[in-house]
Parts: sequence; structure tokens; C-alpha cells
Amino acid sequence: MQRQRWFTPYLLVLPAVIWVFVFALWPFLNTVVLAFTDARPLRPARFVGLENFGKLFEDERFGYALSTSLVYVVVCVPLLTFLPLLLALLVHHKIPAIGFFRTTFYFPVIASAVVVAIVWEFLFSGSGTVNSALQFFGFVDRPIEFLSDRLLLIGCAVGLTVWKGLGYYMVVYLAALGNVGRELHEAAATDGAGWWRRFWSVTVPGVRGPIMLVSVLVCVGAIRVFTELYVLSNGSGGPGGRAMSMVMLIQSMGKGLNGQIGYASAISLVLFLLTLVPLAVVGVLNNSDTIKDALASRRVTKAARVARAAKGAAR
Amino acid sequence: MSAAQAQTTTAPRREKAYRTRGSADIMKPSLPGLIGKYALLILILGIMVFPFLWQMSTSFRGATENIYDFPPSLIPAAPTIDNYANVFRAIPVLDYAWHSLLVGVGTVITNVVFATMGGYALGTIKFRGKWIVLAIIFSTLLLPAEVTLTSQYLTVKSLGLANTLWGVFLPGAIAAINVLLMTAVCRMIPPDTLDAATIDGANTMERLRHIVWPNVRGMVSVVALFAFIGAWDDFLWPLVVLSDPANYTLTVGMQYLSSNFAANPRVIAAGTMIALVPIIVLFAVLQKQFFRGVEEGSVKG
Repeated sequence: MQRQRWFTPYLLVLPAVIWVFVFALWPFLNTVVLAFTDARPLRPARFVGLENFGKLFEDERFGYALSTSLVYVVVCVPLLTFLPLLLALLVHHKIPAIGFFRTTFYFPVIASAVVVAIVWEFLFSGSGTVNSALQFFGFVDRPIEFLSDRLLLIGCAVGLTVWKGLGYYMVVYLAALGNVGRELHEAAATDGAGWWRRFWSVTVPGVRGPIMLVSVLVCVGAIRVFTELYVLSNGSGGPGGRAMSMVMLIQSMGKGLNGQIGYASAISLVLFLLTLVPLAVVGVLNNSDTIKDALASRRVTKAARVARAAKGAAR
Repeated sequence: MSAAQAQTTTAPRREKAYRTRGSADIMKPSLPGLIGKYALLILILGIMVFPFLWQMSTSFRGATENIYDFPPSLIPAAPTIDNYANVFRAIPVLDYAWHSLLVGVGTVITNVVFATMGGYALGTIKFRGKWIVLAIIFSTLLLPAEVTLTSQYLTVKSLGLANTLWGVFLPGAIAAINVLLMTAVCRMIPPDTLDAATIDGANTMERLRHIVWPNVRGMVSVVALFAFIGAWDDFLWPLVVLSDPANYTLTVGMQYLSSNFAANPRVIAAGTMIALVPIIVLFAVLQKQFFRGVEEGSVKG
């Protein structure tokens, strides 16, 4: 049935399409082009080929930024994939006051990362609550300078990211847990499976898809980390700027009248390629069944052949 | 057999939150299990809200009170609002809040209006080139905003919007993900309803208003809430766009306050409270709709 004139749908999607072109595709193409130039503000850009990318290998700051982001990924992914799942299991069943708990667990998510990072800064500062606690219990004599050591600073930022992300991924899992059949749980329990066994054998396979989704989201988010490290180090990137993440490096490179826009674009391009890696990995894993099937069928034929051979030998 | 008996005997009674003797409902925890569960919930609650409570109590403490003691006391001995007065003296915090509010409300309005329009067209109308449009919008999901940061700034600068709130607002005005979310819920609207409205003489605007809108309100509340939170909490983009402290939004203003007045944590605590309380209150008011919308979206999408 014709409900409208032919151009109506085009008019309706036009704003969204314009926005995608002007504020996503165009800047992306521009980034790709700029990555091969030595563009700076107030100066015409010159094409320099792969020079920016060559510079990356020698640039110590880029090495540190890359390793910071990778450490972030390696620590955040397992923590933020499984802790929220356990939390979701804890708040999954309707018991009195559960709505209150769910809502408050979500508070860190909606608070601005700047605000919570400032709170974190107080808690972990030289004279902050964490140090007072450590001294109170006699674990340390002198306060630990959490925020002026590269790894400790990154550790604090990871703690902050995990604390802030728990509620978000909890909600993702909550929506998924509703689809795990309780019959399976009951059947497993009848067969004598305890809580732990049921968790690994029923719940985890049941939410396999969401686990993949969450780990990809966490991974991409961890590569893109900025605010936590920026605020905790007061914009400096820690001692000698060595706790900078890749995005912090891009931001500090590209700003100001002397900004190296071309070089910053090259780093952006590397960042983009890195965010595609987890997606590619999941793509392979999702198709791994086909691969596994192929391997398994090969093993079966091999076993059959061996069996036949053994039979023949016995005869 | 025994399970059936237990069910028939307990049916008239009020349902208990824990597993009673003889009940075969293994999905329910036993009574000690339930108590353990609450203990764990309260422990996690403590971890989740302690930093906020501590910050709030710091913001009400006088200059002479020690804020570094352990064990920390959450109740200030002599509550004072001096710190809040000091925030107002240190930075134009009301201006910053106003800027954040403008950007947030603007983002909500444009996202809801244009994502609903686009979602309606993509979800219910067949037209030539639809799959190309969907593919273009989908592809931008793979593109993190951080990647285009530098070029985005160049775009905004060439539009003459550097160091303005318009520059902060525009790139986020229509988010691709919102268009896709609205497309997903619009697909659920029965086409017969839309046809019936057309026969009754409704034009596109009237259909959007009277048929589509009531059907997608759940998702709209999720889109609106996330758009507002995203705009209110965003830090990197305003930090890049805004160079003049007079134009800052709250988050950039808070970082400014924190790095320039580091000597007085009480004032900074008061500042963060000003940034935090409105968004927490907003969420607490809308949380029922939000959680319902999230469940709806996941079941349908």
C-alpha cells in the first residue's frame, strides 16, 4: 500500500545520512589522508608517504602508549567479562529490594568519568584514604605514591574502569540471563550438579553470545581509554608521560597551533586498526564450529581407519 | 510426588523469597543462602556507593576538619556549606552547568526526533537504496569517535564553531546507534495499523505522532536517557573543542577546578557533587522506565 509520496522516506533519513557523512565518514577519510602528510595548522600539508608510520617505531612515547593500552586490555577484559556476569547472577532473581540494589549498582555508570576519577584521585593520593587504611592496618610504613608510578597509576585507572563498568555490563547480562532456560538448571540439579558446576556447564554456555559481545565491547573500550588516565595524572600522563594511552597521545599531539596533525592522524589510524582486531577474533571464533567440525570429521575418519587396520591385523 | 504436595500446600500462602523445606524449586536459595546473598549485596553496595558518600561528606566538612583519618567517619562533625560557596567563587559553576544542560537537552531533542524519523523510514517503509543507507549507518558503528578526533576538530573549526557550544553539540546530534535502535523497534509496529491510519487520512506526520510514537516510547526513553548521560558526562570532545574557560562544560570545568585548586580537596568535592547530583537524581527518577526499556529492547532486538 502506498502510504506516502515517493520522496518522503528520503526526506526522513536525510538528516541521519548527512550527519553520518559530515561527522563520521568525512573525518575518517580525512584522517586517512592526513596520516600520509606532515599537516600542521597554519601551513599547507605536504605528502610524505609512510614517514609518519616509520616515525612511530622510533617514537618512545608511542611505544609506551601502545603498551599502556595493551596492559589495559589484558587486565580489563577478563575482569569486566566475568565479574559483571557473577554480579548479574547475584541480582538476577527477584528477591525483596533487588530493584534498589540494581539501581545503585548502576550509579557509577551514569556518573561522569571525570567526577569519579577525581574521587579516585583523592582516595589514592599520598595522604588519601587508601594510604591511611594501609598505614592503619600496618601494611606499610610510608604512604605509597599510587599516582606517580607508571604501573600503579595504570592499575588505579584499571580499578576505576572496572568499578565504573560493572553495572553497565551487569545490565547486558541481566537481559541475556532471562533467556537461559530454567529446565536445564533443574535437570542439572536433579543430576546432582552443584552451584559451581551448573554455573560452568549451564549458565556460561547459555550466555556464550553475550560473553563474546561484552568481551569485545570491553576490549574496544580499553583500547580507547582516555579520561581515567588523563584525570588521574592531571593531564600529564604520569611520570614522564609514560602512562599515556593512545588517545591521550593523539589528543596531546594534535592540539595547539604547533600540533602535528599528520602524525596524530597516523596514530589514530593505528588505533582504528587495533579496535578492529577483537572484532576479527570474534568473527573467527564464531565460525570456529565449522573449523572444529572439519577437524573432528578428519579425526573420525582417521580413527575409523586405525580401527579397520587393527581389525585387519587381528584377523 | 513430594514436590507436587509441597506446591499444593504452599500455594495459598504468600510466596517466600527463600526455599522452604521439601520444596523442589532449586532456583530459589535456601534461607542461609538468602542471608548470605544479602550480605554479599550489601558489601558490593558499599563498594559501589562509598566513594560517592565519602565525597559528599568531604564536601560538607569545614577547613579545620581532618579528611584523611582512618577509619573514615562519614558524618562531618560540623557540617558547613562554605565549600560550595567557594566553588562558586573559584569557577562560574552555574554557567558550566547551564552549558552542560544546553548541550544535553539539545542532544536529546535532536537524537529523539531525527532517530525516530529515520528509524520509521528504515523500519516500516520500503524504498530504493534503503540497504545502502543501512549499510552506511552500520559501518559507522565500527568507527570510534576517538579515531576521528583530530579531523573532527578540523571539520568543526572549518565550520567556524571551534570554542563554541555548537561545536560541542553538533557531532553528537544524531548518533548512528540511535537510528538503528529506533529502526529495530519501528519494525515491530504492525503494518496494518499504519495502513488503517492512512485509509483514515493520516499523513506521515500524523502517523508518526499518533501511531509510531506511542509504540516506540519505551525505546525513546532509553535513547533519550543515554543521549543525555552521554552528553552530560562527555569529557574528551569538549576538552578538545573548548579553549576558553568561560565556555567550559561541567566535566571540563571540574578537571579545571581539580588541577587548579588541588590544595583544597573539600572545594573540589563540593564541585564534583554539583556535577553528580543532577544526573543521579534524573536517573533515579527514570530508572523504572530505563530498566523496562532495556529489557524490551533486548527481547525484541
